[in-house]
Amino acid sequence: MKDPLIVVLLSTAVIAGTPLLFAALGEILSERAGVLNLGVEGMMLVGAVSGYIATVQSGNHWVGVIAALGAGGMMAAIHAFLSVTLRANQVVSGLALTIFGTGLSAFLGKGYIGRPVPDVFKPVEIPVLSRIPYAGKILFEHDSLVYLSFLLVIMIWIIVFKTRWGLNLRAVGENPAAADSMGIPVYLTRYLCVISGGMLAGLGGAYLSLAYAPTWVENMTSGRGWIAVALVIFAVWHPGKAIVGAYIFGGVDSLGFHIQAMGDKALFLKDVSPFFLQMLPYILTIIVLIIVTSETKKRRVGTPASLGLPYDREER
Amino acid sequence: MYKKVLALITVLLMAVAVFAGCGGGADKASSGQQGEDKSQEAEKTKVAFIYVGPAGDAGWSYAHDLGRKYLEENVSGIEVTPPLESVPEGADAEQVIENLVQKGNKIIFATSFGYMDAMEKVAKKHPDVTFLHCSGYKVLDNMGTYFGRIYQPRYLSGIVAGKTTKSNTIGYVAAFPIPEVVRGINAFTLGVRSVNPDAKVKVVWTNTWYDPAKEKDAAKSLLEQGADVVAQHQDTPGPMQAAEEAGKFGVSYNSDMRQFAPKAVLTGPVWNWGPYYAETVQAILDGTWKSEQYWGPIGDGIVDLAPYGDMVTDDVKALVDAKEREIVDGTWDVFTGPIKDNTGKERVAAGAKLTDQEMLEMLWFVEGVDGIIPQE
Repeated sequence: MKDPLIVVLLSTAVIAGTPLLFAALGEILSERAGVLNLGVEGMMLVGAVSGYIATVQSGNHWVGVIAALGAGGMMAAIHAFLSVTLRANQVVSGLALTIFGTGLSAFLGKGYIGRPVPDVFKPVEIPVLSRIPYAGKILFEHDSLVYLSFLLVIMIWIIVFKTRWGLNLRAVGENPAAADSMGIPVYLTRYLCVISGGMLAGLGGAYLSLAYAPTWVENMTSGRGWIAVALVIFAVWHPGKAIVGAYIFGGVDSLGFHIQAMGDKALFLKDVSPFFLQMLPYILTIIVLIIVTSETKKRRVGTPASLGLPYDREER
Repeated sequence: MYKKVLALITVLLMAVAVFAGCGGGADKASSGQQGEDKSQEAEKTKVAFIYVGPAGDAGWSYAHDLGRKYLEENVSGIEVTPPLESVPEGADAEQVIENLVQKGNKIIFATSFGYMDAMEKVAKKHPDVTFLHCSGYKVLDNMGTYFGRIYQPRYLSGIVAGKTTKSNTIGYVAAFPIPEVVRGINAFTLGVRSVNPDAKVKVVWTNTWYDPAKEKDAAKSLLEQGADVVAQHQDTPGPMQAAEEAGKFGVSYNSDMRQFAPKAVLTGPVWNWGPYYAETVQAILDGTWKSEQYWGPIGDGIVDLAPYGDMVTDDVKALVDAKEREIVDGTWDVFTGPIKDNTGKERVAAGAKLTDQEMLEMLWFVEGVDGIIPQE
């Protein structure tokens, strides 16, 4: 039986959205603690290449995943050192890391171009759940990293909003001086959030090079790190909204391709330029940004108040 | 204050790490060469290359880099300097090319269209240096152009696709709606329909040369719409991987992509710059080179078909060989009439042939293409 088009579309959207989702979840952690990380693109690239190299060397994709987590985390540690300890400008540090990561990943990957991955992530059907009509095909016939991303959304949501530690984390992002006086270790919290955020960005990169399009070519993230940063605003710093946003951002391209491939069967949609569709998520992001900025004045909608501001104990 | 210094040092360390890393390989290579060849160094002609992308793109620049290595191995008496990668097109390239001349390079290859004006300016100033520009149209006494008739192997790959399809729907993942890509789609479609007049070629535009994940999604949408062979004018193996996963077939591009999709890849047009680079440099060294606009046919080996996948039968190979011979003999070329466009209008009369100029400006689809050319 052939699946209805909408099921195919949504199923593709889940795959296309997963690398964005990993990176966006990481960015949410980091920004919730008050550190803007614009190095996501570079961290994804380094994660993609390390995961790829480790998989080629070891023959096991889970080794690749661990390498990607480690590499993303190390890149983020540089960002944390610069922006938390040295209180450097977070925008500049992040941009520097993206450029650094692009170069580093190209250099590391030089000898690996054009080699296939020996052990790629293959779709695993989850018993029972994958039998659910439509939803089963859309959500539960993917590779294990997709399921990991579902778990991470729930875990991060619980940690950030339902635990004491999450409360501390948000306090650090809102008002580090107050948090400090409450005895919350501001620097440690920020370090932990930035580094785990970088690890997730690395994982997002590895999803591209090990599962989505298993290969390594230079610059293979093609700007997805930047999309993830936009996605965090779109999701108003909330993991639950990030998953929806990630699938919208991921699915739009695929929708455009399907409309083209359908030709006359797409009816009136065939006259909509595929290039126009690709702009939609960004237009939505700008609209959300406008709403967020005007709403923050009236009530709290999520922007961490100290986002982007370095914290200096002595200047209290 | 000390924090600022520390920050500066960290950034410097990162920069040093990158440069040391990138430069390391090249340094070793060149110092090794100097050791061996010190005695003849003065006589060696220096040859330089500029790429628009990274040599590791596994596509366009990668193919040129393979050609550069072939040149290095097959022509003696030259020193091939390390390539300059990801050089921006346009006015900035002038500085880069001028700099190469100052460093003593006598032969310079620029491998992208956008270097044309910059190269022309520098070439006018340095008549003793030979300049070669890929895919452009400006020629001076010391500046030639070169390109390959990739549409010829595309036509041949179309024959293989047309013989393979069962659903009579073939997908084509295309990058940008420009004449080069449109010409490729048309040549491919003519090839398909020469052996299978009922088949249609569906086109999807991706608006990128280079994004493995997006290209794969585009191919998936075509497979979903009933295509059982997917061809590509893209630089990554993404579409081939989509075909492999769906248990369908693919026609690759740029280089042999069978390793990424061994059960799917039938064949595909490939670039093979090496022999051209070797012959041209040798001719310049011998003093027999003359400036020209070179658009190399398949007979010269500059373009070719990738090795066939195991599923391609001998009958199909024989069909392709026969057509290839006609092209090499010059008795026939791809855009020989009668050819209709996909609105039914006759574009090439029976027996007529498109001129090179008409091919270079082609922005219409032949009959059998199912798709639109987006206009601005």
